[in-house]
Amino acid sequence: MAATTIRSKAANTYGIAVDNISVTYSNARLALYNASCYVEPGTITGLVGPNGGGKSTLFKSIMGFLSPSQGQVHIDGISIDKAQKQQLIAYVPQADEVDWNFPISVFDVVMMGRYGYMNMFRIPSRQDRRRVRESLERVGMSEFQNHQIGELSGGQKKRAFLARALAQEGKVMLLDEPFTGVDVKTEKSIITLLMQLRDEGHTILVSTHDLASISTFCDRVILLNQTILAAGTTEATFTPENLSMTFGGMPLNNLASSHLTRTVNQSPDEQTANQPGHSFIQPEKAESRSIDA
Amino acid sequence: MSTDLLLAVSLADAWSWLIEPFQLGFMIRALWVSAFVGTVCAVLSCYITLKGWSLMGDAVSHAVVPGVVVAYALGLPFSVGAFVFGFGATVAIGYVKSQTRLKEDAVIGVIFTGFFAFGLVLATKIPSNIDLFHILFGNVLGISQQDIIQTVIAGVLTLAIILFRRKDLLLFCFDPNHAKAIGLNTQLMYYTLLGVLALTIVTALQTAGIVLVVAMLITPGATAYLLSDRFDQMLVISVTMSVLSCLLGTYTSYHLDASTGGCIVVLMTLFFTVAMLFGPKYGIVSQQLQRMARKRAAKDGAVI
Repeated sequence: MAATTIRSKAANTYGIAVDNISVTYSNARLALYNASCYVEPGTITGLVGPNGGGKSTLFKSIMGFLSPSQGQVHIDGISIDKAQKQQLIAYVPQADEVDWNFPISVFDVVMMGRYGYMNMFRIPSRQDRRRVRESLERVGMSEFQNHQIGELSGGQKKRAFLARALAQEGKVMLLDEPFTGVDVKTEKSIITLLMQLRDEGHTILVSTHDLASISTFCDRVILLNQTILAAGTTEATFTPENLSMTFGGMPLNNLASSHLTRTVNQSPDEQTANQPGHSFIQPEKAESRSIDA
Repeated sequence: MSTDLLLAVSLADAWSWLIEPFQLGFMIRALWVSAFVGTVCAVLSCYITLKGWSLMGDAVSHAVVPGVVVAYALGLPFSVGAFVFGFGATVAIGYVKSQTRLKEDAVIGVIFTGFFAFGLVLATKIPSNIDLFHILFGNVLGISQQDIIQTVIAGVLTLAIILFRRKDLLLFCFDPNHAKAIGLNTQLMYYTLLGVLALTIVTALQTAGIVLVVAMLITPGATAYLLSDRFDQMLVISVTMSVLSCLLGTYTSYHLDASTGGCIVVLMTLFFTVAMLFGPKYGIVSQQLQRMARKRAAKDGAVI
């Protein structure tokens, strides 16, 4: 972990450290308990779990939208508040969190990604405008920049908010269910963009319940159901056993550890069998772990 | 020749009838004060409508009543007491909501009626020359110099704060999560918006009264929202419609010898109804016509 931190600083990438957080909502529902994980810098990490399993709650805790009753989150030692003031974290909301009737254009939404760089009056500089144009271009939304946001299709809406995250230039990006209501072609183009961003040193955390696409683009996976059940490389963690544990609603405490131990033991063999050249991935697999264990 | 003369006389009569209100000092004063109040309300109205805080406007307006009475008893300007209690009510609402399992509308309902009732008790127990009817329904025709000064100060302050923070407030209405994500102080924005809401109600208190100020706070923004897809556009429509209603309403109330606040709000509601029915894009009639046109086109297509 210490080595990771040093490496990440050198490459100007940042990881997300979630340290033993619990969240209880005001109706006394325990949404998340004793959740700990580390989102490795410069990776695409998939956050996978059933609906109501706490994905959104974990996102909101990382973004500081709600304060956990226990534990804390930080960005490689930088507090969330500080990281946000430094424009380190960009957030792409779920589609149903946005008021699509709001009288605002795509261009203005993307410009909101630049507010943190502007003075108090939020008067855009030439650089702000350029960044907005570049971001729109990168997601292929330039021709829609003057449309009211409600006039867009599902995929275009997602790309508009992705452009806002790009304009913000956050090194850590959180995407909440980015593939819901999106056609296959847009999903592919979003995935391609995410992989480019990762190669540029961004750390990307994607919550999704679309299991089919995960192994195509996620370097790492965190499995979540009320707490973190497993975390590690996709090859080691995204296994049928772990998935049935996550989605099957089995008792958490004893099962989590035994399953994971087996997963870690098994996977090196699979790895060598399938991809002989990739032995350097193995040490990371040992991190595949359960918090309850 | 005699008919021409008659016509000329009646035209002159009609003209003097028309301009009669403009020759009276109190009417001139009422016209510009109500137009000013209409402007302030219309600007804030856009933010309140988009944020979904209409009920909050209702709450704050009723909650100021005890403040007016207390201010009078202590010899303070009415606007100070009104602001303290109006803003205090919003803080109380926020606190109760965060600490209980009640839904927001229930919390708002309990708190503002409580404040209002407390105001009624105070107003009837503390001997003062406060006219409850004027607080409730406004009295722009009889507005005093002192009240005008307070109205203008509160209004200018409101407009200045909104102008100063307009982009952040709009972002806060649109996407408070993003505001937080880029490190802005959303707590401050929340209280800023509540603060200017209370200030606006103080501004409109003497003109519209606490019951009708709710209409001045909601109707212009709601009307403009039905007519526009851009915020700047919405702002212009809202202010234009509000100022027109205020001027025409005040003017009409003179000739009808009717309640000024009532005339203003009736006109606003008329404007709203027209926008709702005939708005080019979102109007009920226009949408019906579009649907029919589409159906016809589909039919023609099927025939071909």
